[in-house]
Amino acid sequence: MSDTINITLKVWRQKGPGDKGHFETIPVKDVVTHMSFLEMLDTVNEQLALEGKDAIAFDNDCREGICGMCGCLVNGIAHGPMKAMTLCQLHMRKFSNGDTIAVEPWRARAFKVVKDLAVDRSALDKIIQAGGYISANTGGAPDANGLPIPMEIAEKAMDAAACIGCGACVAACPNASAMLFTSAKVSQLALLPQGRPEAAKRAINMMRTHDACGFGNCSNERECEAVCPKEIKITNIARLNREYIKASIGSDVM
Amino acid sequence: MSNWLTNAFSTSIGKKLLMAFTGLCFIGFLAVHLIGNLTIYGGKELFLSYVEHLHALGALVTVAEFGLVFLALVHIVMGLTLFLQNLKARPVRYEVKKAAGGRTIGSSTMPYTGILILLFIIFHLVKFRFVDKTPVDVNDFTILAATFSQIGWVLFYIVAVIIVAIHVSHGLWSGFQTLGLSHSKYMPFIMALSVVFAIIVGIGFGFIPIYASIIA
Repeated sequence: MSDTINITLKVWRQKGPGDKGHFETIPVKDVVTHMSFLEMLDTVNEQLALEGKDAIAFDNDCREGICGMCGCLVNGIAHGPMKAMTLCQLHMRKFSNGDTIAVEPWRARAFKVVKDLAVDRSALDKIIQAGGYISANTGGAPDANGLPIPMEIAEKAMDAAACIGCGACVAACPNASAMLFTSAKVSQLALLPQGRPEAAKRAINMMRTHDACGFGNCSNERECEAVCPKEIKITNIARLNREYIKASIGSDVM
Repeated sequence: MSNWLTNAFSTSIGKKLLMAFTGLCFIGFLAVHLIGNLTIYGGKELFLSYVEHLHALGALVTVAEFGLVFLALVHIVMGLTLFLQNLKARPVRYEVKKAAGGRTIGSSTMPYTGILILLFIIFHLVKFRFVDKTPVDVNDFTILAATFSQIGWVLFYIVAVIIVAIHVSHGLWSGFQTLGLSHSKYMPFIMALSVVFAIIVGIGFGFIPIYASIIA
């Protein structure tokens, strides 16, 4: 079995937020199939640097699939063709010799392209700042079993908490909605007793901020669930909807 | 004016709640409308007897009609608002975009099938509701027979009904999801029901023009 392939990259190049941008076709020879997608981009960048050209800007950090920094649309699918996988965990062995691979940045009104494939996702941080936390005063450590939490509930909260905020849900959503992200961040707290005191305020404020950031409206297309590297379920969106209804009609939050 | 109620319905979820509630109301209407229309298979007498019994409700029918118009206005205005907002949420489209496996024909065409259904309903009302039924030789059966004796109208109605079925195939479960009515025990059933109901609507309404053209 051959350990190297030749591919053609069609990569999005954009000088800055104001630039229109275009696809650049770069033939890449002898790609070692054991490399990750990002390592492949590294070698392309080395090649570009040697030619005196501008390197392709792309976000990345841990390269272990847990930080949420990386991500692009690869051949039209967020994080590439593999299920439950970030772009850094996608290996070149998943591609064939002679493939043309289109690479595009996340696109949404709320996500400005900084350069090439790097995108400003601080809108997601704004949603978190609007209520994705609990206010716990310091004091004596509570008794470990003082708050009984059923195993299934803890599991659901943990599943929601697996969200790494990569933005693939927004990128894949035909409406550029961040409902899966917001719902995961609301759910992880709403499910646990520690999150209940601020649940109403959280659901309403995070939703209002979601809208103010310019994200679209969820139309239950389920594309987000299909691309999420952490397999966050849309049952979280239904929970957010419930939390929102409860908060709107059953709490004092205006 | 800003109070808790307008605040609640002005967010993304709020607008969708209106969409889901009105949409599910229309699904209920479709079911009732279909059950009534099925009397056509019992022949002219049964069909006219159903029409007569329905109109015997008098003011109740008028109230129901105004109710439906109100629901339609909310559904259409909210639907268009959400559609335009969603277009605005991605000003630069992708050059290469593939479905990752979540979308269905129904879900990806909702705004378009919705607009087509609106156009169909206008034709449908002009054809069957806002028509002079005072002459003695004109009744709902003769209108039905006259319409579906023309192959063009038969095809028009079949296509329209298929579009309604496609819209409903996503709308039913989507409405439940938006209202937060999702549970691991019941959601698979609701999703299956969406498809089954769409097929029932498609076949149930779709064969009426064909049957009417045969007996006409």
